[in-house]
Order: sequence, then structure tokens, then C-alpha cells
Amino acid sequence: MSWLVDNFDLVARLTGNHAILSVIPIVLGFVIAVPLGWIANRSHSLRSWVIGGGSFLYTIPSLPLFVILPYILGTRITDERNIIVALTIYAVAMMVRTAADALAAVPADAVEASTSIGHSLWTRFWLVEFPLAGPVLLAGLRVVSASTIALVSVGAIIGSANLGYLFTNGKQRDFLEEILIGIGASFLIALVFDIAIVLLGRVLMPWNLRKSPASKSIRQNAVGVY
Amino acid sequence: MQFFLDAFRWLLDPANYVAGGISPLPIQDRIGEHLWYTFVSVAIASMIALPLGLFIGHTGRGRQFVISFTGMMRALPTLGLLMALFLIVGATVQFTQAAFVASIIALVILAIPSILAGGYAGVESVDPQTVDAGRAMGMTEMQILLRIEIPLSLPLIISGIRAAVLQVIATAVIASYISLGGLGTIISSGIGLNDNERILGGAILVTALALVVDGFLALLQRLVTRRGSKEARPQNIDFRRRSFGSAAVAEEPINERKRHVQSKK
Amino acid sequence: MIEFQNVTKQFPDGTFAVKDFSLVLPSHKVTVFVGSSGAGKTTLLRMINRMVNPTSGKVLIDGEDVAGLNPVALRRKIGYVLQATGLLPHRKIADNIASVPRLNGVPKSKAGEEALILLDTVGLDRSLADRYPDQLSGGQQQRVGVARALASDPNILLMDEPFGAVDPIVRLELQDELNRLQGEISKTMVFVTHNIDEAFAIADQVVILRAGGEIAQVGSPAEILANPADDFVETFIGADKGKRTLHLQRREEDGVTLIVDAEGRPAGILGEDK
Repeated sequence: MSWLVDNFDLVARLTGNHAILSVIPIVLGFVIAVPLGWIANRSHSLRSWVIGGGSFLYTIPSLPLFVILPYILGTRITDERNIIVALTIYAVAMMVRTAADALAAVPADAVEASTSIGHSLWTRFWLVEFPLAGPVLLAGLRVVSASTIALVSVGAIIGSANLGYLFTNGKQRDFLEEILIGIGASFLIALVFDIAIVLLGRVLMPWNLRKSPASKSIRQNAVGVY
Repeated sequence: MQFFLDAFRWLLDPANYVAGGISPLPIQDRIGEHLWYTFVSVAIASMIALPLGLFIGHTGRGRQFVISFTGMMRALPTLGLLMALFLIVGATVQFTQAAFVASIIALVILAIPSILAGGYAGVESVDPQTVDAGRAMGMTEMQILLRIEIPLSLPLIISGIRAAVLQVIATAVIASYISLGGLGTIISSGIGLNDNERILGGAILVTALALVVDGFLALLQRLVTRRGSKEARPQNIDFRRRSFGSAAVAEEPINERKRHVQSKK
Repeated sequence: MIEFQNVTKQFPDGTFAVKDFSLVLPSHKVTVFVGSSGAGKTTLLRMINRMVNPTSGKVLIDGEDVAGLNPVALRRKIGYVLQATGLLPHRKIADNIASVPRLNGVPKSKAGEEALILLDTVGLDRSLADRYPDQLSGGQQQRVGVARALASDPNILLMDEPFGAVDPIVRLELQDELNRLQGEISKTMVFVTHNIDEAFAIADQVVILRAGGEIAQVGSPAEILANPADDFVETFIGADKGKRTLHLQRREEDGVTLIVDAEGRPAGILGEDK
């Protein structure tokens, strides 16, 4: 514990950077995945392409992706933008399937009724489909959040200044405490983000949706199985 | 773009497949190692997690534990786990073994949540009416598990294993940084020598391996999807109703599978 | 013979599904439990094969308390049909029918032959034996469910709203089939439904239940129609609206005598005396 006190500045700085590196992919991932999920429900073939594409990207292992991206993006290998792009790709890949399933599980009757009372596609999406898909989207977002935060630390291998540094440094100096503090800080970020997401959900969606049989399969996906 | 071509050329160069080369060559040895570590860790993790997941799914006890546990493990930084284990194991086991033992333990730990979730979700997905009928006709609990729940759960069980395998392949690459063998050594040696061919070649190789193994498991998942398991049921998405504007209101009723509503009597 | 002795079932949350229920169900007869949702019908049924255990009281089969019997062995000797069929979707029809015999160790070929015979018994074509449940219609699936229940030649057959999920026409066909079957094999049948017409169509003994498993009336269909015990029964069987009191009305134009209800709506014509 004394080490933490002595090096608090360092840990705080790394934690802050870690959080920033996490937030961007999580938000971007959500913002990109939801429209993609909506598109995926237009037709069978679109669904195969979108979900298939997501699965394909998700299958690419983390460190190789961090390493390949500089060559594609033309950045230096130590540029943190590589990590952000890679994590965004993963976030989108994880979220798009949940988004497609969540939007598809919105009761078709509600959707059809809203069309017949005169909603345009745009208002129908924002006022009907999105809110009703909300709880499941939220569950998916929590999964993406936790996974992204955990993955950021891998970037330390290619020199990113995040909590992963505490892991590599701790190992080099044979100093277990440093590693454990890094893990602890990482969990802390994950917890804070998770609470924030849940609170955001409560604020935006004050109604209490009953769990439908359809959302069960989506919650299974949220458990991490596909 | 040129980098990629160079990397492919390096990958296809037969000189890199000559046996007895200096690590990280020959390539096929590294592929073999990587696959071996993956297989061993997933096998051990399955032996631990599958029975547990099936039990929790069948009895319904401990489901909150599964959900909380998998959630927590998702937030665990893999690099941190690896490094921590290496130090812990390194204190007790001699150095040459430490990397291997620590890595395998880490890989097993990382594989467990997905397999656990797959087993649990699989059994949960079986229609409770089918299980009830089985019990009512005189099957023992074990017979229900073996003859009804497991066959119908196989697709989800395999999908859990798939997720675990992907996680393990990816983490094994990172583990090479603490001197575990495998394909990560190609990348790390490339970074050390500032050799673009190796860096990119290694990365492409791992990616290709992951895609091939995942594709194979996906096929397996398809093959074990029996009629009546969750995956075999038709999707209830009516694409026409979700089409554009009011003109696309469906003319035919949605062809949904009949839901049997169990009313209280 | 099945006997309920002061059976009570209380759930952990304090509600009573069944309270102090006593009744004798005669052998080789069809007893129908009928009542609205929550009346405890299914609970009572499931106490017979120990899918539910009573909180107090005894259920006796041929004088033996079921609580003392091994549940798995007991269930293999009782046929059970439920509304959702509960057919194993990953097994062929023949395998489904042969489930219990196979559990009892009957060799596969013999069980298969018996399954084919049972298909005949329930009025299905033998070609369905190699199909899967999802390839059959609802009515066909229900017949397979009955065949499966008969496979171990049980003395007792339990049926929980088996015809609830099929359309009305098929439902009537299945009721007729059941009567024919019972004529051939004479099982002790316990049937649960919330449809009084169905009860009247198939029962030897009708048991009308109020909430909490309280018996409103027990008797044959004729007894109940002739003498409904109280207002609840009257309302339940539709007697209060005059549905059950029919009159004769002669048509001048062709001499046919109509049978009409209290509102004057025709329900049938008068045939030869039976």
C-alpha cells in the first residue's frame, strides 16, 4: 500500500488515461452499432452481412489487431489512435449483434401501430423502437464497457500509457503489489462506468419493462455467449 | 500496402518452414505450440466449467453467481492476470517452467467464464415443458440431463467454447511476452528486430489461425443444432413489417411459432 | 382406484392451491376435473404422479399411499399427457412413443414395433413414425402424446388440458377419439379442462371445482345438468343463461321439430327416440 501512496500521481495519471482510452471506443461503438443493427433488420442478406462482418472482426485477436492497424492507418505503432480504432472495432462488433436483436425484439405490433398513426421512419425509430429496445441495448452496453476497459491494458505492450504499464513494469521489477493495484484500478474504472451506465438507463427509461421471452436470448448474448 | 505484400511473401517463403530453425522459426512449430496451448487450456477449463454450468442450468441454483461471475471476469485485464500469475508461479516453480505453468493457469481462468455461461445458457434454453414431460414420464434427473438437456444445449455449449477459444488464442499471443512459445514470439521478435515482415506476418498468421479455428467450431455448432433446440427455431423477425413506411404493412400474418401459454389452474 | 384423503397443498408464499380435498376416482372410468384457472385442477392431477407433493393429506392408488412409492418408478407406470405435448423435439415420433418402454429396458426393435401399433391405436398413419414432432400438426402431435402415454400400458392415464392448444374442430375430433379409445381399453383416466362442454362430452364423473380446490359438485354429466347444486354450478355450466334448457319448436313449413334454447336460438333438430 505504501507504494500506492508514493506513486499515487503515476497511478492516477495512468488511470485517467485508461479511462479516456476506454470511453471513446465505448461511445463510438454504441453510436455506430445501433444504426448498423437497425440496418441488419431490413432483410435476411443484410443481416448476414452485418452480423457476419461483426463476427469476423471480433475474431481478430487483440494484439495482432493493435499491430496491424498502424500499417493500415499509416500511424506509428506506438500511436494511441491505433488502440482507440481497434477497441472501437471490437466495441462495434460486440454491440451490433445485441443492437440487431434488441431492435428485432421490439413487438412488431407496437412498431406497426406507430407506422399507421403516422410516424415517419425517423420519429418511429427514436420514439418507439429505440426506447423499447433500450433495456437490452443497455445490457449490451455494459458488456462492451467491461470488455473494452479490460482490453485497453493490452495496449501497454506497444507502449500505451495506461494501467497496463503497471502490469509490465510490475513483472519486470518482480513487484506483485504494483500489478494488483493496476488490476484494482481497472476494476474500479469498470465499476464506475457500469454504475454510470445503469444510472443513465434509469434516468432515460424510467418505466419498468417486463422481461419478455424474446429478451431472454438477448440477455444470453449479453452473458457473453454467441 | 507494400508492407502487407512483403509480409505475405515472408509467410509463403519456404525457408521459414525449415525444421530446426532458431526460434521463432520454423513457423509450423509455433503454430503447433499455439494450438497445443489453446487445446490444453480449453480442455481443462471445460472439465471444470461445463459440469458446473450444466448443474447450475439444470437445478437453477447459483444462476446469480454465474451472471455476476461472468460479468466480473469480463472486466479482468488479461495482461494483469498473466503478469500477476507469472510472479506468483515464478516464486514456487523453477523459471523454465514458470512461464508455461503461469500462462496455462491464466488461459484456463480466462476460458472458464465463457464455457460456464455456455453450459448454463444452453440448459436454460431448453423448453421447460419438454423437461417436465420427461420428468413426468419417469426419467431420473440424470436421464433428463443426458437425454434431453444436453443434446438440446449443444449449440450454446459449443458457442461458449468458441468464445473461450478466441479469448485463449488472443491471450496466448500476449503470453509470448513472458516467454511462452506460440505465434506471439514471431511478433515480439519482429518488434525486437524492427522487422516489419515478421511483425505483420505474425499478426496475420494469428488472425488467420483464429479465423480458421472459429470457422471450424462454427461449423461444428451448426452440425449439432438439432431440431427443436433454440437455434433451430425460425427467427421471429418479420422483415416486411419493418420495411419502409405505412405502405409496407404486412398483408399476411407473421408466421410465428405457436407459444404455449401455461395458465395457472 | 385413486383416492384423495384430506389433501391440502399450500405454496411457500402462503396461497392454498387445494384445501382439504377428498374424493374417490373410480377405476376404469373417466373423471374430469373442471373449473376456472387457479381452481387447483392441475395441482390435484400432478399429485397423482408425484410431480407435486401434498402439504398434508394422502393420495392413494389402489390403497397404497403414493408418498411411500419411488417417484421415478411410479411415473413410469402412469401415462401423462400435457397441453404442450412435451414431445422431445430432437427425437423421431417412434422414439418419442417408445420413451418409457426404452427407459424400462425394452429392446429397441420390440419397442419400435409396439410404437407402430400405438400409432394405429390413436388413429395415425404409420408413415409418421420417422418424422419429427415439428413436422406434425397440433392435433397429430397430441395424438402422439397420447400414444406415448399408453406405451407402457399403464392403468392410469393423466391428461392435463391436452386438447387446449388445437383448434375447435380438431378438438371435437380428439374428444371423439378419446371416447372410442376408452371404449376399447378402459383406463382409469383423470382429465383436466376448463371447458365444461368438453367435460360433459367425455366424462363418466365430472368434478366441478371452485377456487382452492373446493368441490362445488360431483356427479355424472346427466346428474349435474338435471340438478345443478348451486348458483356457482349453474353459472358455470351455463344453465343460468338458459343455454342448458332447451325446448321443442315445430316448424310449420316442413314439419321438422327444432330444439331451441331459451333465447329461441336453434341448437339442433329432434331425431328418433334413443
